[in-house]
Amino acid sequence: MSVTRTGPLPAGEAAEYDVVVVGAGVVGSAIARALARHPLRIALVEAADDVGDGTSKANTAILHTGFDAAPGTLEARLVREGHRLLTAYAREAGIPVEPLGALLVAWNEEQRATLPRLAEKAERNGHRTTRLLTPTELAAREPHVGPGALGALEVPGESVICPWTTTLAYATQAVRSGVDLHLDCRVEKVRPGDPYHRLVTRRGVLRARHLVNACGLHADAFDALVGREDFTVTPRRGQLLVFDKFARDLVRHILLPVPGPLGKGVLISPTVYGNVMLGPTAEDLDDKTATGTTEEGLAGLREQGGRILPALLDEEVTAVYAGLRAATGQEDYRIAAHPELRYVTVGGIRSTGLTASLAIAEHVLGLLADCGLDPGPARPLAPVRMPNLGESFPRPYRDAGLIARDPEFGSIVCHCERVTRGEIRAALASTIPPGGLDGLRRRTRARGGRCQGNHCGAEVRALFEERPYGEGAR
Amino acid sequence: MNRTVDVLVVGAGPAGLAAAARLAAAGAGRVEVLEREATAGGVPRHCSRPGFGADARGRALDGPAYARRALREALRAGAVVRTGVSATGWAGPLTLDVTAPTGLERVRARAVVLATGARERPRSARLVPGTRPAGVLTTGELQRTLARFGPRRESVGRRAVVVGGDPVARGAVRTLRAAGVAVTAVVTGPPSPAVAFAGVPVLVGTVVTELLGRGRLTGVAVRGPDGRTAVLRCDTVVFSGDWIPEHELVRARGLPLAPGTRGPVTDHGYRTTEPGVFAVGNLLRGVEPALVAAAEGRAAARAVLERLGGAPWPAAGVPVTATAPLRWVTPGLLGPETGPLLLRPERRLVRPVLTVAQNGVTLRRERLGGTLVPWRSVRLGEQWTAGLDPAGGPVTVDAEE
Ligand SMILES: Cc1cc2nc3c(=O)[nH]c(=O)nc-3n(C[C@H](O)[C@H](O)[C@H](O)COP(=O)(O)OP(=O)(O)OC[C@H]3O[C@@H](n4cnc5c(N)ncnc54)[C@H](O)[C@@H]3O)c2cc1C
Ligand SMILES: Cc1cc2nc3c(=O)[nH]c(=O)nc-3n(C[C@H](O)[C@H](O)[C@H](O)COP(=O)(O)OP(=O)(O)OC[C@H]3O[C@@H](n4cnc5c(N)ncnc54)[C@H](O)[C@@H]3O)c2cc1C
Repeated sequence: MSVTRTGPLPAGEAAEYDVVVVGAGVVGSAIARALARHPLRIALVEAADDVGDGTSKANTAILHTGFDAAPGTLEARLVREGHRLLTAYAREAGIPVEPLGALLVAWNEEQRATLPRLAEKAERNGHRTTRLLTPTELAAREPHVGPGALGALEVPGESVICPWTTTLAYATQAVRSGVDLHLDCRVEKVRPGDPYHRLVTRRGVLRARHLVNACGLHADAFDALVGREDFTVTPRRGQLLVFDKFARDLVRHILLPVPGPLGKGVLISPTVYGNVMLGPTAEDLDDKTATGTTEEGLAGLREQGGRILPALLDEEVTAVYAGLRAATGQEDYRIAAHPELRYVTVGGIRSTGLTASLAIAEHVLGLLADCGLDPGPARPLAPVRMPNLGESFPRPYRDAGLIARDPEFGSIVCHCERVTRGEIRAALASTIPPGGLDGLRRRTRARGGRCQGNHCGAEVRALFEERPYGEGAR
Repeated sequence: MNRTVDVLVVGAGPAGLAAAARLAAAGAGRVEVLEREATAGGVPRHCSRPGFGADARGRALDGPAYARRALREALRAGAVVRTGVSATGWAGPLTLDVTAPTGLERVRARAVVLATGARERPRSARLVPGTRPAGVLTTGELQRTLARFGPRRESVGRRAVVVGGDPVARGAVRTLRAAGVAVTAVVTGPPSPAVAFAGVPVLVGTVVTELLGRGRLTGVAVRGPDGRTAVLRCDTVVFSGDWIPEHELVRARGLPLAPGTRGPVTDHGYRTTEPGVFAVGNLLRGVEPALVAAAEGRAAARAVLERLGGAPWPAAGVPVTATAPLRWVTPGLLGPETGPLLLRPERRLVRPVLTVAQNGVTLRRERLGGTLVPWRSVRLGEQWTAGLDPAGGPVTVDAEE
């Protein structure tokens, strides 16, 4: 087990792996973790300098039930299964989850007429607890919803989750269980071969008996490296606004739009960090790097959000960002085994990959077996317990016992998010230390609050630059 | 640990330290100041230029010297100043939850003075679109970065654009240049030609429409008053001005905010609507010179001492609000005392006619001599509030050009 970020990759036998998983997003990390149960040599290889730095860091952070998936698709099955697996795993690994439940709010007759049909669809997907609410019932549950709502469908079980901790927990557990994680290591060429494929990266060559493509937006480009052209990925941008924590009291559920012919509409959702999120847009683009927000995008979101929750617009905005969904023109995932190449493509993980990640991983294990991988006996994974970033769970700055043991947990550095020196030090010395300040933010929330670093930016940077080069930090 | 003090001051900036010094000197009992930073003094600690008044011998003070003097005076008067200690919330009336390296505390006070200051809105709160690269700062973070890392170019960048038009933006330009950073332009929204920027081009009536670059900032896209767009190449952008009070404790207690300032509503005694809780300094309305903030801290001591002496808390006064083209007026409540009003316009107003009315009845109407600008407050002397009835209806302040 090791984490590398710079310098040449291991050579000789150390560069020979039973399985190489390319792409350390939530999906690739989940796959590496699932493989780590078996006595295999595994590498997880990532182009960016951190895990979860692609689409997995920029989504709406909902642990879906899958009530509205297209019944019978692979996605529907894996989302339902993933919801169950991740709910249980989150408890074990300390990933913050809040089962707030969702309300699909209807704003016109057409949408209201859709609600019973959605309830039936949910039923076909195995969710029998949805309920139609009258406008009065809706107002009682969500007193701040704007005027004109005609009713809602309640979907219990829809939850909010911390996407950053999820990916990091998978990758951390994989590494602690023996997986080699190579960061800053884009795979540029693949020379298929037997018994080993040769993967050419900027930092050297790796050899893989079996290969998994978990490249997210770039899954089509990676397929092309091994000579396959089964689909193209079109980035569908979602812009989001994150409102100040003082907005949190305005909303109790995840407020979902009713899907209709005019597109999906936007949602308003609390986050586990205690903020409120508004978005996403849905824009089909060509540029897979276009993760910027736009004037029109943000203005449109505010207009739509103001109708749903008028008081929201009076609150300050803490963050603006955008993520790119991997659309492939098919209303399902594109997961395929290529036994002749000992290769599995995990593509088109559209807008549900966070939820489905653990189920996707189990599914991929099965496909690898179809490709001739004999995983051998399973053994328990090394345990993980992640630092809590959730506002509804105990935080170190309120933990008298912890502060008594280590006063650094009583020393708040990031005042807006109440992140202590102890947490920052712990993140810098963790199994997968952050590669930069953004990675540190995703591990601790430092610099992620309402002042965006005005107060603490310099201090956090100083702590980062003075960081010890601990285990795996090379 | 539960403790009780006489006065708990939150924030050891100019306002909090001045309040503590005056109260301790007046025999208010145990006066304790909590400061979450490692050093007391507030914002001036990072402003290493003159502009903070003068010492007893008439020598100009820079920010750090001013901060040290303010701390010395508070300590000499007998106040206790604790640093590295954060007030994180309320456990009940006049009782704050505190986190410190020494442990958790619940501090109950007979009076609480909130002096938590203000911050500049970051890029996100200003809804500036684009990517999220490194190199995007506020003036506050710029100053702290230079104070922490010294004027090395790698600590800030090589080429900067400053956004904002007020004296703080001018300070940012000077600070950047002193650190060896070239300043490409100052981008300012509403016209503010009165401020000179030492040879740096000022793009008036221009807005930043997008931040560019991944990893590190590579430029900002701007749109001018004629609708034309351009890209300014830079690796650093500093957003200055646009203040928001650091009002977390105020809101956490459910105290009302004044609409224009987003600070707590207070009366001329600096009383909030909660008995025993006072507010002073930039928390009330964003940035004013340090001497103004400190004067407020001292002035608040009178009503705090009354409170400690057992005086009843006055019934909430009548609201005072400003209407466009005025941005805000403070204080937001007319209570038992009268006093001056502080106000700011939204835009430049040349010799405006100001009207103060109560219940729709004009009490005073007068043309002001000079020009009002958005980055400077005007003080209306006590005569402006003289005839107002603290038991009457709402008061409005209005301006016409
Ligand atoms: C706006 C938005 C909202 C969403 N909301 C939700 C939600 O609420 N709930 C939910 O469950 N899902 C949601 N999703 C979907 C979810 O975020 C994605 O399905 C998931 O993150 C996909 O993970 P991934 O690992 O496949 O992709 P990624 O996270 O993009 O990971 C792929 C990784 O592969 C790396 N890579 C690519 N090419 C190479 C190469 N050649 N060599 C090495 N590495 C390479 C990339 O650097 C990247 O890190 C949302 C998505 C968006 C955009
Ligand atoms: C860039 C810049 C340049 C300036 N230049 C000048 C100048 O040249 N001359 C001049 O006169 N003025 C200048 N000023 C203005 C001056 O600095 C302020 O007016 C003054 O600092 C306001 O004092 P304050 O006490 O209200 O707030 P602050 O100085 O902001 O102090 C508030 C203090 O409260 C602490 N605090 C906040 N919340 C908590 C909490 N929950 N628990 C514990 N502690 C807390 C903060 O850490 C801080 O130390 C400048 C300001 C800026 C930003």
